[in-house]
Amino acid sequence: MADTVGDAARTPDQAQPWAELGLKDDEYARIKEILGRRPTSSELAMYSVMWSEHCSYKSSKVHLRQFAELPTETPVGKLLAGIGENAGVVDIGQGYAVTFKIESHNHPSYVEPYQGAATGVGGIVRDILAMGARPIGVMDSLRFGPLHEPDTARVLPGVVAGIGGYGNCLGLPNIGGEVAYDHTYLGNPLVNALCVGVLRHEDLHLAKATGAGNQVILYGASTGADGIGGVSVLASESFDDAEGTNAGQAERSTEQVEAYPSTSSGRSSSTSSGRKPASKRPSVQVGDPFLEKLLIECTLEIFAAGLITGIQDLGGAGLSCATSELASAGDGGMHIDLDLVPLRNTTLSPEEILMSESQERMMAIVEPEHVEDFLAICRKWDVLATVIGEVTAGDRLVIDWHGETVVDVPPRTVAHEGPVYQRPYGRPEWQDQVQANGIDQLPRPAGGEELADTLLRLIGSPNLCDKSWVTDQYDRYVRGNSVLAQPDDAGVLRIDEYSGLGVALATDCNSRFALLDPYAGAQLALAEAYRNVASSGAEPLAITDCLNFGSPEDPAIMWQFSEAVRGLADGCRALGTPVTGGNVSFYNQTGSTPILPTPVVGVLGVIDDVTRRTSGGFSAAEHPIYLLGETRDELAGSAWAQVIHDHLGGRPPEVDFAQEKALAEVLIRASRRGLLGSAHDLADGGLAQALVESALRYGFGARIELPSEADPFVWLFSETTGRALVSVKEGADRDLASLCRINGVMLTKLGVVTAQEDASLEVVGQFMLPLTRIREAWQDTIPAVMATH
Amino acid sequence: MDPSVGPRIGVVTFPGSLDDQDALRAIRLCGGQPVPLWHGDDTLDDVRAVILPGGFSYGDYLRCGAISRFAPVMTEVIKAAHDGMPVLGICNGFQILCEAHLLPGALIRNDVRVFVCKDQDLRVESVDTTWTSDFTQGQGITLVLKSGEGGYVADEETLRRLEGEGQVIFRYVNGNPNGSFNDIAGICNERGNVVGLMPHPEHNVDSLTGPTQDGRAIFSSVINFLAARV
Repeated sequence: MADTVGDAARTPDQAQPWAELGLKDDEYARIKEILGRRPTSSELAMYSVMWSEHCSYKSSKVHLRQFAELPTETPVGKLLAGIGENAGVVDIGQGYAVTFKIESHNHPSYVEPYQGAATGVGGIVRDILAMGARPIGVMDSLRFGPLHEPDTARVLPGVVAGIGGYGNCLGLPNIGGEVAYDHTYLGNPLVNALCVGVLRHEDLHLAKATGAGNQVILYGASTGADGIGGVSVLASESFDDAEGTNAGQAERSTEQVEAYPSTSSGRSSSTSSGRKPASKRPSVQVGDPFLEKLLIECTLEIFAAGLITGIQDLGGAGLSCATSELASAGDGGMHIDLDLVPLRNTTLSPEEILMSESQERMMAIVEPEHVEDFLAICRKWDVLATVIGEVTAGDRLVIDWHGETVVDVPPRTVAHEGPVYQRPYGRPEWQDQVQANGIDQLPRPAGGEELADTLLRLIGSPNLCDKSWVTDQYDRYVRGNSVLAQPDDAGVLRIDEYSGLGVALATDCNSRFALLDPYAGAQLALAEAYRNVASSGAEPLAITDCLNFGSPEDPAIMWQFSEAVRGLADGCRALGTPVTGGNVSFYNQTGSTPILPTPVVGVLGVIDDVTRRTSGGFSAAEHPIYLLGETRDELAGSAWAQVIHDHLGGRPPEVDFAQEKALAEVLIRASRRGLLGSAHDLADGGLAQALVESALRYGFGARIELPSEADPFVWLFSETTGRALVSVKEGADRDLASLCRINGVMLTKLGVVTAQEDASLEVVGQFMLPLTRIREAWQDTIPAVMATH
Repeated sequence: MDPSVGPRIGVVTFPGSLDDQDALRAIRLCGGQPVPLWHGDDTLDDVRAVILPGGFSYGDYLRCGAISRFAPVMTEVIKAAHDGMPVLGICNGFQILCEAHLLPGALIRNDVRVFVCKDQDLRVESVDTTWTSDFTQGQGITLVLKSGEGGYVADEETLRRLEGEGQVIFRYVNGNPNGSFNDIAGICNERGNVVGLMPHPEHNVDSLTGPTQDGRAIFSSVINFLAARV
């Protein structure tokens, strides 16, 4: 028997498992205060899941406000939708808008790499779809334990296969991202998935339920037992006393926080009175990309027919989230008849139906006269659709089960007025030691032979080597609009075949820098993604972020987080790029070891004519090669310090946003004027890495002559920001020089692109390496490791 | 050529088709008149050739192409193919043609066990088909290959017949990416009007978005063939 509102009134003192569900005693007390009685078990389930760290942002909210306070003006115009919606929407001109967002699915990807990563893609794609946009591409930012660790051989191939298996089947090109390794990710990989979608301005849809009498339609997959309790279980602070072996967690729809504890055991929750935790339900969801593809096409056809008043995808917290958020954002209440929800498992209790995180489901608010047309389009696409309730004139969310009311709550208290924590934070004492432990004592290579050896070791290291073992498992061509994709600095997608309008996207984060200084580290991530977008010739407009950190209950971690948010907000203000939305992921740690702070930044840019894009590879012999920007001796936290000395200490490179803007201006203008044969940003591995990647792309060689006063080691391996390596088309040197002069960007002639035949990379006076040898060192690393497993 | 006067070429959209828009665009760019066809219809809408596009029709459930083969539109496609209409199956479309017994053999999981997306070198082995007449015999081309189940297999007798009758029309070179027998990338039926291949010519019609323009000859072959028969 379900626990009804009547029962709750009759048995006010009945014990409830609020603590098991992750609620604090004051939170439980507040629920009772809101309702004026104890919650029913269904209500308790809803509150616990919606007030979890994952859904409520209770630890991060006070910091994230800085993003909302940023100006919402991009270089092209105002944001059409910002923080708080399923995803931010950016005007890109010509009547088009773009929506994009990055989201984490970290913990499920450790527990079950394939499905964890697959449903991560599925969730972010539905977020984009819910804005009224056609999803047009995906990217992934991945972090794993050391490449040679046996468990990485389990997690990495599974994650990659899951991203490919789901994304490829949706017909979305995967146009780039990152793969990096560090021992702190060994028990806690990061899977951050980004999706971008396009819409016409007039097609924007927001998640709210308005208009009493409008019908609530649940469509897509039927509801099963998967993912039950994922969110709330993972938000509980310890699993030590929990049973079961299968921890999982869910992707979430709107601005989300996911959270999970440090131990990897867990249990699914069942709040039905009398049911013991022994009745286990799986916590990691299983995806069906085919159904998601149908859901995309079906939803877009419904949008085009103008049949929708409001829409929301079902992600983490399932129906609990969709009903409460839609009702909360609207102007009335909502009534749901839970008996009408199509089930694939008829033994589910009402609590479980409300918490189920079955994938590939959407909820739409539809005017009564449009319902039949709506259902007809769903039938055409073989998509199950059911009217399960309606918008009401009141201000309550009421849910019935077997003719009795099991939920009767003010929806805002569930969805938008959850607890807010002022977590204590403080700069840890060890931070000074880390910064004091600089690189001055580290021996540096001297002479050509040692420099060449350093270069070969760096380019073959896991973080800098060829990523095609990963990216060749993703379809980067489907839809026919991929103008640039991995291994270019940014992915570029054509939006309009006739005008040539397109967008560019890049995600970046150097988490080593973020450990040395989280404020600067977040800014460095922003600067790098910004620079990558500009390198392609696109103008950066706006950002999304995925903030991956350890436990917010540790003041040191909370300090890292607050510093990163502050750094990003300051950086975005300086660059004029608003934050459109994003995701926070806490509790990323293995035992007591937190991950390196990993604030991943995704930057979106616009390019008016994609035929003017700049690729990252040298494109013709005899093109002169230039370095844009100034080089300083900044090697703390660098790839060199890591690979050669296994050292992490000191202060990261300085960020100068004025210089970044100036550099971007040069790169964008040079691209529009067709001056460049290639452009490649300088980041991890410095100039050496940029030279190698530019040469390998199309197999050209390069002859480089460093300035006579230059320290060859510093010039080749320093990771000073605000720099790019370009090759210049015949006769365009003067134009580039004048662009650099006008914008105040230092320009240094480095050499010339040389022939493809017997190609080599020569640094005059230092070394000459055949490209074949460089390629071998660069491309064998990942395949060699994977072949042994 | 004005697309409105080019020959009408249909592209079938099944539930889960992905490269249907790309195939329609390729037809348009190469001078044909692209016509979208729906899997549930039992008409070919007066098209003069049909393309079954890439994707994961019906999620590849059961076996790639096994369910699509029973779509209402396929009854018409099979009938038309037997009557000599040019039919091209790309990737998943190739799998459907094999399931529909319009082409012999089958496509199985790549021997490398993972999805492979790459710019694949091929050799054109036969120009005696409706879809390859604009190539030159032995021409080396590069097309996008992106598939998880692209390994072509057939019994020995079938392979002998395909090789003997010149029905192998594309062969992988510079490495076999998926374990296909005899490096086979594409085949045709005895009559040469039905062609299936794993690589994607529709992603090689525009140098901006594809690695080459080597796919254009596939579309121009059939368009020229049909134009000559008006």
